[in-house]
Amino acid sequence: MCLAVPVKVTEIKENNLAEVEMNNVKLNVSRLLVENLNVGDYVLIHAGFIIERMTYEEAKDKLDLFDEYFKLLNSKE
Amino acid sequence: MSIQNNTNMNINKKDKIALIKRNLEKISKTSISIMEVCGTHTMSIAKFGIRSLLPPTINIISGPGCPVCVTSATDIKTAIDMAKMKDVIVATFGDMLKIPSQGDSLQNYSNVKIVYSPLDALTLAQKNKDKHIIFLGIGFETTTPLIAATILNAHKMSLTNFSVLSMHKLVPPALTAILKNPEHNLHAFILPGHVSVITGSRYFNFLKEFKINGVISGFDDLEIMESIYIMVHDFENGIFDIKNNYSNVVSEDGNQKAFKTIFDVFEIDDSEWRGIGIIPGSGLKIKGEFANFDAIKRFDYKKITIDEAPGCICGNILLGKAKPTECNFFEKHCTPSTPIGPCMVSSEGTCAAYFKYFL
Repeated sequence: MCLAVPVKVTEIKENNLAEVEMNNVKLNVSRLLVENLNVGDYVLIHAGFIIERMTYEEAKDKLDLFDEYFKLLNSKE
Repeated sequence: MSIQNNTNMNINKKDKIALIKRNLEKISKTSISIMEVCGTHTMSIAKFGIRSLLPPTINIISGPGCPVCVTSATDIKTAIDMAKMKDVIVATFGDMLKIPSQGDSLQNYSNVKIVYSPLDALTLAQKNKDKHIIFLGIGFETTTPLIAATILNAHKMSLTNFSVLSMHKLVPPALTAILKNPEHNLHAFILPGHVSVITGSRYFNFLKEFKINGVISGFDDLEIMESIYIMVHDFENGIFDIKNNYSNVVSEDGNQKAFKTIFDVFEIDDSEWRGIGIIPGSGLKIKGEFANFDAIKRFDYKKITIDEAPGCICGNILLGKAKPTECNFFEKHCTPSTPIGPCMVSSEGTCAAYFKYFL
């Protein structure tokens, strides 16, 4: 039930709908639960609704891990 | 992106997981019990063999994260009784179909239709004016806004042949009930990713009062290992905090529009959870102004309390008190095709995960 899938918005439609696409499959979903949606946005859909837009937030809570990854990358180069 | 770059990224991910595995072995000194409370985490953890990557000090327990599994036997019987009603179509998410109840299940009724979205139930109502469509409202904070939006749509459309059987639940009261049991041995939670999308990470700040760590996690193997690393690191350093390891979709405030939509239509109520019993303030009932869309009121239905299937320990499994492998029926009599309880038949059930992934 927690299952939600990331897809790309391809069209904003009337009646609070949007067309989204994943792997060339297009789907009409509701955009009732989000605002300021744009074509090209990546969004999470769940049971026929867009529930959130995806962003490229830095995960500040895993800064330690980023340091470790960086060290790992450097040690491989 | 070139194939070479993709290959590098794949190697990097494996290397990252190997790095976290090594670091966990170094930093994890004290035994720690971590509970996950999301059906999709149950499956992901089983699928990726996460437990096999962890040192023996770290114990992962499955909790009440599968919405279908925590739905009480009484509520399942109510849903089946609704399918028996004349001129009714029951619309439901697919997971509910095979849940056994006193030798019966929804799959035995030809007027039960699987829908992908609750909005499809409205389409059914428009196309079948001579029938009453009852949608089975299951799910936590991720799914409830969708059903609320659907009821608001039905209201706008002045639909008279549609209602919802609300069995919706909230996550925090269940976590509180678990933590208030003095016998609990938990130190941390892997917090549900998509519930948090809606509610925001601050929704789980109350866990700090119990000196319990929580990390909101994504669903792939790397994200889950990272989340475990973060909480073990904090635990070993005496830090109690709620951290967010799914920040490309989870913010501190969440999707406020979606969250508020829940309370436009629903109000908090007591709810019966399989294996736990009634948890005050843990459920959602449809508000009086939308009584026309409340299936219980439309049909003046009186719930009949029924017990679990004898010998089924799904309830204890949901509380993390027992593992599926400790159940006498597991694998021998209870399998996904011959389930005795919902934990085996639900696609997010703990017993189904153990069965499918040979845990």
